[in-house]
Amino acid sequence: MEDSTPLKQKIQHQELGETGRPWEEMVTASQDPEPALSEASELEQGPETGPQPRSSPPGILQSGASTPVDDLVGPGVSSPPSPSQEPSSTPSPLAPAVQDLMAPWQSDKTTSVISEAGTPHFDHLEQSSDNGESTPHQTCQSEGNTFHQSQQTKCHLYGPRDVSYNNSKRKELRFDIFQEEDSNSNYDLDQPESGASEVAPSMLEIAIQNAKAYLLKSSSKSGLNLYDHLSEMLTKVLDKRPENAVDIIENVSQDVKMEHFSIKLDTLQNENEMLPAYEIAEKQKALFLQGNLEGADQEMEDEIAEHSLPNVMESAFYFEQAGVGLGTDETYRIFLALKQLTDTHPIQKCRFWGKILGLEMNYIVAEVEFREGEDEEEVEEEDEPEERDNGDNEANEDELPRSFYKAPQSIPKEESRTGANKYVYFVCNEPGRPWVKLPGVTPAQIVIARKIKKFFTGRLDTPIVSYPPFPGNESNYLRAQIARISAGTQVSPLGFYHFGEEEGEEEEETEGRRDSFEENPDFEGIQVIDLVESLSNWVHHVQHILPQGRCNWFNPIQKSEEEEAAEAEEEEEEEEREEPDYIEQEVGPPLLTPISEDLEIQNIPPWTTRLSSNLIPQYAIAVLRSNLWTGAYAFSNGKKPWQRGLKKTSAEGLR
Amino acid sequence: MDEESLLLSLELASGSGQGLSPDRRASLLTSLMLVKRDYRFDRVLFWGRILGLVADYYIAQGLSEDQLAPRKTLYRWRRRPGWLRPQDDTEEPGASEGQEGVGASLNCMEWSLLPPATEEMEMQTSVVKGRFMGDPSHAYEHTELQKVNEGEKVFEEEVVVQIKEETRLVSIIDQIDKAVAVIPRGALFKTPFGPIRVNRTFEGLSLSEAKKLSSYFHFREPVELKNKTLLEKADLDPSLDFMDSLEHDIPKGSWSIQMERGNTLVVLRSLLWPGLTFYHAPRTKNYGYIYVGTGEKNIDLPFML
Repeated sequence: MEDSTPLKQKIQHQELGETGRPWEEMVTASQDPEPALSEASELEQGPETGPQPRSSPPGILQSGASTPVDDLVGPGVSSPPSPSQEPSSTPSPLAPAVQDLMAPWQSDKTTSVISEAGTPHFDHLEQSSDNGESTPHQTCQSEGNTFHQSQQTKCHLYGPRDVSYNNSKRKELRFDIFQEEDSNSNYDLDQPESGASEVAPSMLEIAIQNAKAYLLKSSSKSGLNLYDHLSEMLTKVLDKRPENAVDIIENVSQDVKMEHFSIKLDTLQNENEMLPAYEIAEKQKALFLQGNLEGADQEMEDEIAEHSLPNVMESAFYFEQAGVGLGTDETYRIFLALKQLTDTHPIQKCRFWGKILGLEMNYIVAEVEFREGEDEEEVEEEDEPEERDNGDNEANEDELPRSFYKAPQSIPKEESRTGANKYVYFVCNEPGRPWVKLPGVTPAQIVIARKIKKFFTGRLDTPIVSYPPFPGNESNYLRAQIARISAGTQVSPLGFYHFGEEEGEEEEETEGRRDSFEENPDFEGIQVIDLVESLSNWVHHVQHILPQGRCNWFNPIQKSEEEEAAEAEEEEEEEEREEPDYIEQEVGPPLLTPISEDLEIQNIPPWTTRLSSNLIPQYAIAVLRSNLWTGAYAFSNGKKPWQRGLKKTSAEGLR
Repeated sequence: MDEESLLLSLELASGSGQGLSPDRRASLLTSLMLVKRDYRFDRVLFWGRILGLVADYYIAQGLSEDQLAPRKTLYRWRRRPGWLRPQDDTEEPGASEGQEGVGASLNCMEWSLLPPATEEMEMQTSVVKGRFMGDPSHAYEHTELQKVNEGEKVFEEEVVVQIKEETRLVSIIDQIDKAVAVIPRGALFKTPFGPIRVNRTFEGLSLSEAKKLSSYFHFREPVELKNKTLLEKADLDPSLDFMDSLEHDIPKGSWSIQMERGNTLVVLRSLLWPGLTFYHAPRTKNYGYIYVGTGEKNIDLPFML
């Protein structure tokens, strides 16, 4: 009941407030209101308990529009100024006007609600003693009772409404309405007898009363009752106004039921669930604030930062042209994280290498070169070539035959800053998290990494279970893969780098392999079209990793000779001495070899080139994509500063 | 991903590293709109991109009202300057209605319909390995030993079977869809009359649901549903749980589920078909999947886990 009345009030209020002057037209439209109007004034006076049963079915619909209803109560209570100003004599034009306004203004349901709301008025009409117009009242009632809203009913609704507002008995009315609105209570029981008993309830009323009582029965399972549920459902539908509401009404019903239970738990759950999001946001906020925190060192760091921090956003822009990228926001955060890295470590050169996807978390990799002489010491792992213990230290008590097997000498890893360890790599899981330095890579790791294929989990200390067994955990495997990828896919346009003029020894012991290169100041750039069409315009600028696992050939013979001298002479030694002689020096393509020399993989070319855009070729860039390592890209825009970059996914090659 | 929310979807799926360049994005937005009008699709999804050696294929799919009905697939690819000129792409073999059609285009704006995938196609293309060339008319050659009866002699002859790349494209797309197309639970519902509809009141998965694999379904006709025990079926809601969930996929662990950006985005990546990314922002209506990859199944998966 409440719903109906406030609804009507709201509608009235809105109508009056918003629609301004259309009343007059409305007035002409409806014809019935007059008799009802005077009745309406009296209707409101009595308690509305009598009509309650009748209005309950309408009430159902009305409660469906509870939201507007609630709003209605507010304005309704304050009673719109316009109706209040109107003398009682003028409510008739008002009422129909309002009503008619309402009818087109609202959806069918709302109008039905309104009309529902109207029925109590009719009930009131009934109750009021001065009803000579029981006829219109009756008709209205019956119409209302059938839940079919006719214009007349509506008219009546508004008519009485208006009148009631104008009445000084507004307050009483409201009070009654609230009483009626108490849908949770058992209407049948709470009916104040005074108003209701004025007119003996007809059969129809009783039927309605019973129907309503049934609808209000609470379910034993869920504690809801159909009355409330339907009203909530209709409220929701009216609020949201979805298309084809009738088709999705079952879903709406389900949602309402679900919502009903989750309300109380909301506060608790939300706190827990969103925590990780807040955490990471805090960390990333720290990234953004970082620049402001350091005052004194700002200048010095700026200097260095110029050299060491790359312009990640610029390269990201070019990569985006190629269709490769992490999204602007993410890239910016990575940029800031790199800045943080350069601020905390003495770094000469830094570059965003790429991102490796893992099962649980991903890795963001930065390639870094420390400043001269400021290498951080690395934890020494076992480097010494070991031999299997031949049982010298053991007493000869056990009679197991001694094995003369001498494990092949493990090849020492390359010094830092040379070969595969030329750069140091830092990884982090997400920008904002601390950067972790990856250990240097040993040749053995590279050799085995070539034979296995495993996913990364995202945690650096995960053991790698594989065959052949990988010496190390995930951080070593990651480092080995990074080394392989860098060696295989870092390319530059021909001529951008050239060998330095001065070199200490051109002919080294190993072979005339040049390790270093410099930027060529005279580089003029190659046309983008040329870069795309011919692969010989690109060269590798990272040393190829030999099958041995190093870039510079390490001859295991020499050392083993030294060791041989320390051992007792045995026959096997002599044999061993002969073996190393057969080891040939492994040779790989020298630095700065054009990539057209790369081997094909299973009949497909190892690189794919294309222009970033066919439509605007004059500003397009040349993009090179590796087919061996899917996810490695290089681009060049044909002018002087070119870029190479890698975005690596899943870190598996074809091998 | 829905073409209506293409830009947002691309942003959300960008964590995998592969996206679209601005000119592609712009051309996609316009051309997908036109495709929707011309073919009278209810929804057009941008399915993804298959990387080829020479050129890439861009694939789109059109859905009719019933979301689970066979979809029409369209592709387009770009001819690169200086490379082989493709024939006029007027071939629309058997592009009938209600079946899958893949659209290909020459100049990035036009789409061609692909024929529906059949079992035979799948068998044929299972022998082709390696990357896509990028040219739909390229023919793979595969030599088979076939028994040929000549009179009374039976001998084996090597027959070279030609398989067109377009066929291979169709069957790969179909396989990927059947294997790894993902939809969150509650996004579609089954009406009592049969057809599947988009659930307009889908508000997104809650955070705890979003982390579980069981809240995601395969976007295809259910295969395993019938095998469930009655006890399991009793808990299912027939209007929402009418597809297979990802939970029981073999091999176990073939999905990588990650939360990005704190807890505001959940990303599922398939390890069986690397390149398939499904993203969903919990508590919102945004979800979608995109495939950007070479179109090769990762058969080493059990060894890599």
